[in-house]
Amino acid sequence: MSVTTRKPPAEKSAKDDSQLRQKEMIARHYSRLARAPETGEKNVYTFVPGNLTELLRSFDLLPVLPEINALQSGMRGKSGDYIALAEKLGHSEDVCTYVKCDIGMLKSGNVGPTGERLPKPDLLLLSYTGCFTFMKWFELLKQEYDCPVVMLHVPYQADGRITESMRTYVSTQIRKKLIPALEQVSGRKYDEDRLKECLQRSAQAEEDLVWVLQSAKNRPSPIDAWFGAVYYVGPIFSAFRGTEEAVEYYRALRAEIAERVAQKLGPVTPDGLLTEEKYRLVVEGPPNWTSFREFWRMFAEEGAVVVASTYTKVGGTYDFGFRHDADRPIETMAEYCMGCYTNLDLQTRVGILERYVKEYAADGLLVNSVKSCNSFSAGQLAMLREVESRTGRPAGFIESDLVDPRYFSAANIKNRLESFLQMIAQKRGGPA
Amino acid sequence: MKENLPALVARAAELCRDWRLPSVRAWKQRTGGLAIGYLPVYVPREVFHAQGALAVGLTGAGDDLEIIKGDAFYQSYICHLPRSTIELGLNGSLDCLDGIVFPATCDVIRNLSGVWRMQFPQKMSRYLDVPQNFEREMGGAFYRHELEDIAREVHERGGKQLEAETLRASIRAYNENRRLVRALFALRRNEPWKLPTAELYVVLRAGLVLPVEEHTQLLRDYRDLALLDAERRPMDQARVVLTGSFCEQPPLGLIKTLERAGCYIVDDDFVPVLRWLKGDVSEQGDPLANLVAAFLEDAIDSPVRYCGDGTKGQDLVRRVEESKAEGVLFCAPSFCDPALLDQPMAQAALDGRGIPWTSFKYAENTGQFQVIREQAGTFADSIKLWSEA
Ligand code: SF4
Ligand code: SF4
Repeated sequence: MSVTTRKPPAEKSAKDDSQLRQKEMIARHYSRLARAPETGEKNVYTFVPGNLTELLRSFDLLPVLPEINALQSGMRGKSGDYIALAEKLGHSEDVCTYVKCDIGMLKSGNVGPTGERLPKPDLLLLSYTGCFTFMKWFELLKQEYDCPVVMLHVPYQADGRITESMRTYVSTQIRKKLIPALEQVSGRKYDEDRLKECLQRSAQAEEDLVWVLQSAKNRPSPIDAWFGAVYYVGPIFSAFRGTEEAVEYYRALRAEIAERVAQKLGPVTPDGLLTEEKYRLVVEGPPNWTSFREFWRMFAEEGAVVVASTYTKVGGTYDFGFRHDADRPIETMAEYCMGCYTNLDLQTRVGILERYVKEYAADGLLVNSVKSCNSFSAGQLAMLREVESRTGRPAGFIESDLVDPRYFSAANIKNRLESFLQMIAQKRGGPA
Repeated sequence: MKENLPALVARAAELCRDWRLPSVRAWKQRTGGLAIGYLPVYVPREVFHAQGALAVGLTGAGDDLEIIKGDAFYQSYICHLPRSTIELGLNGSLDCLDGIVFPATCDVIRNLSGVWRMQFPQKMSRYLDVPQNFEREMGGAFYRHELEDIAREVHERGGKQLEAETLRASIRAYNENRRLVRALFALRRNEPWKLPTAELYVVLRAGLVLPVEEHTQLLRDYRDLALLDAERRPMDQARVVLTGSFCEQPPLGLIKTLERAGCYIVDDDFVPVLRWLKGDVSEQGDPLANLVAAFLEDAIDSPVRYCGDGTKGQDLVRRVEESKAEGVLFCAPSFCDPALLDQPMAQAALDGRGIPWTSFKYAENTGQFQVIREQAGTFADSIKLWSEA
């Protein structure tokens, strides 16, 4: 097996800058949340898909994303214990581990990823987008906290389009249910001008994010659009969309990546710069967080770069043209919610994957099926076959979980990945 | 001559067991109408009925069919229902259906709608989004639009245009059916030895494939015959509510096993489409508005329905109390997120009232009931001990 990475140059790489900046932003947010009981800042727990960060921010409310807490717990090696605790408390081994990780964290004192205690929610905003488990998750949290809950039901794009009835349904809920609840919690009046400013900033950041993700069309790709890109989407998927900080972050990130493109550099992996791009892959599904670096390393060691992924669209699908439109503030938020990846029907998902394989000149599609997540996983095998037949390029399949370390079998994944890459090599007619 | 009880129950059992849907094929031949399949848990069957179409409830293939191709579509950690549904599609069993409706029940059924479309692009395949906002001007307006749209699609496929008068008549027919279902549940609550659940279950489930009028007659006949049977006498069994089996259905053997293990099932979640709307739907005024209002305001609690202002588990406690049950069996399909994520909340509510419970999981094709029999038997014995103490 050839090693195709080298340590980054002595001077800090551009990628490191963005990663550091992103880490700082998120850490600052967590410590602001930790101080909330003293500062009196109010917060809203909500979900990544269909998050209405601009609206919350326009009321000076701070978002808390339980999925981000769970994935961070996974990365920091805490999730195994949290899940075990939740199972001890009666949660089934069969269900989504994000939920159990969150419950376990809550029952262990609700200490967030930075080691500080997270505040109790002032409102639970059940943005019910793309996943039925969200409903159960917040029904569970509702029993733990004495705070209001708003259900924002986002209909599914079953026919791959947004109808007027769907748009009206979501917009009316935002106007008539959510905004009054936010006014109540924040003690502020709804300020549409302020919201519009936030939405304008969102669109700017989205523009730059799309540019960064599409930079993977270059050869070599300057980024890894799955492992690496989870850092890139961090600010926009979590608490920062619509803020000046996000605008700056994405502007700087774009400049960094532009620099990498100019220098024809590959992505920086856990073991340094990837110097030889041997395989270009499209990945469907979320990554595993408990062995994230080890997982990434398996790819890097083979010279496999992910050039496009669907996971980086769960908090918003921007690469086909959607941008928040400040001139239609409520409707644009409704459309955003409905456009998140897991809210799209399977045919549309297949179409996206097909486009990715073709437009990013990928060698094949790899599906990482996670045990936790029916929203992603149910139907992936049919999607895989469909993409394979439409593109004529090989498809591979691996299985893991998001935050349950018991379901990460390194040997098994490595085997399957290697055979998949061999299949690609054979198809190319070259040596494996 | 009237059918006797064993023959009636055997006929009902055969109707649920035969996944090739012979009765649906016969109905189509007789009437020339459309047959529209639907997945659990709820669709407004009245609308299809008013369009002259037969709504056919699909609940997988039970324990009768060997799954060969379906497993290639689903990972091991996904429940059994979608794989058997695909298997049935691929082996031609569902060819008699002119379309399938996939209601917004869970991510698995939602995504199954997409797999189905990819697999059978020529068939009508329709996702029915149901609101989780229960206010008339929001969820109601959206749901009404969904119903109108689905009716339009059925009409385009050859069903009748949806008319207020026929819809009102369909609502009447289903109200009658619901009344009988409620009456049977009440009878079983009072005298469970007269209506064993293994029997009642198949009689109810026959309603998934029969036209509503025939099913109503079947329910009536079953009630009359069961009540007449003087041999049926009370035994020393524990009264339990069974919960969690609202979608993928357990094999009949499992229900029989629970009863043989000493449980009287006095309330359950099986085949919820028959009881989704708790009372009668108004037969006056705008029938579509009435169906919508009933869905929003008069539906049962379910793990797949948002429990807005209510407290999770309270409804289960109420059912336990109303049925004078002594305990609860949580009996959910493996890997069923809605059922299994609901359980801790429901269990906490029971604990708060000192109501005993036990839990186990199944798949529709579970073949071994030994462990469940022992568990349920021990549970029933312990309940009886407590109640004697
Ligand atoms: S099922 Fe999937 S999308 Fe839903 S909460 Fe779990 S991981 Fe997230
Ligand atoms: S058994 Fe549960 S998870 Fe499976 S399809 Fe039914 S509701 Fe969904």
